[in-house]
Amino acid sequence: MLDKIKDLAGFNDRPWVKPPPLAQCRIAIVTTAGLHRKGDRPFGPSATATDYRVIPGDTPAADLVMSHQSVNFDRTGFQEDYNVAFPIDRLRELARGKTIGSVADYHYSFMGAATIRKLEPKARELAGLLKQDRVDAVLLTPV
Amino acid sequence: MREHTAAINPPRALWVPYILGRPFGVPNDAAFQRRVLLAVLRLLEVPAGPVLADYPEDAPPPAADEIDGVACPVSFDHAVDERDLGALLAREIEELAPWHDLAVQRRGRTTTGVSGVAQGEAARIIASCLNGAPASNLAGMSAGETLKIVCDDLRAYYYEAAAARPGAPSASAIQRWFWNDTAAGRAFLALQKVCIASNDKSLQVFGGNTLVPRAIMHTLAER
Repeated sequence: MLDKIKDLAGFNDRPWVKPPPLAQCRIAIVTTAGLHRKGDRPFGPSATATDYRVIPGDTPAADLVMSHQSVNFDRTGFQEDYNVAFPIDRLRELARGKTIGSVADYHYSFMGAATIRKLEPKARELAGLLKQDRVDAVLLTPV
Repeated sequence: MREHTAAINPPRALWVPYILGRPFGVPNDAAFQRRVLLAVLRLLEVPAGPVLADYPEDAPPPAADEIDGVACPVSFDHAVDERDLGALLAREIEELAPWHDLAVQRRGRTTTGVSGVAQGEAARIIASCLNGAPASNLAGMSAGETLKIVCDDLRAYYYEAAAARPGAPSASAIQRWFWNDTAAGRAFLALQKVCIASNDKSLQVFGGNTLVPRAIMHTLAER
């Protein structure tokens, strides 16, 4: 399956974007850990899961939960400390220390098991939302 | 996974040597996490790419007793009929409650509660399915989705409770304990058989793909 990725039409470009200096970068997290706030709709079966959940930057840690469909990765780390998959506290610390410019107001979570083609429209949608949030760079965190 | 990242070949990527589910390495170690985070953010300063860098710092190994798999010795009252998995499950949930309470108190949070179903009710839903009389589905969900979210919640309850016990058991020790030594593990394995044999496609998918980890299936197949 991995061998076929290079043959996907329209998947040969490697856009190289030079961001502002790190100390000026506004950073958002986009995770495929299937995270969301308690009370949000949980993620559905893998084949149809192209939707995402919004995680506002001020979401209390106690509200973060996981409904990823896969049972083949460790969840005890996230249960113990969400930063091991969603390092929002570490990003805030770097912003306070002026290592990065700022942390985005909104972060996003996918389940991440759908095909590239099915996910592409959502990825484009998200890119527009990130631009509106003045985000310079995205930290992608898979599990 | 490194081979997936290499095939996708994104502009900037950092491979990390940690178990799946922990991309920033070590829970409750802010300094460790910060080092990983800085390493990946520094890739924004690389002048040309694509770049796939390898992060060199391993996570600390588990303690020796965790490797031996004896870190999670939970003892249960087995006065209940051993054949009644639903009753065993309900008893086990009760007996774990003090440890789960402690976990919530220490962490200030729990990752359970996604389904909105309490653990006792979850046990009843699972037992009903095992007994051939499935409970009602949760609103807007198929039978498979209902069981998936209920079982994941229950598993999170067990894992969080186990992690609160003395000895700080490792992730693999907790997983081995759950699947080898608990009524919940036995119930989940029985549920898997029921679901795979069902005519309901959603239950087949749930039982076949998203209930029992591949590593556990592999271990069971070798026995």
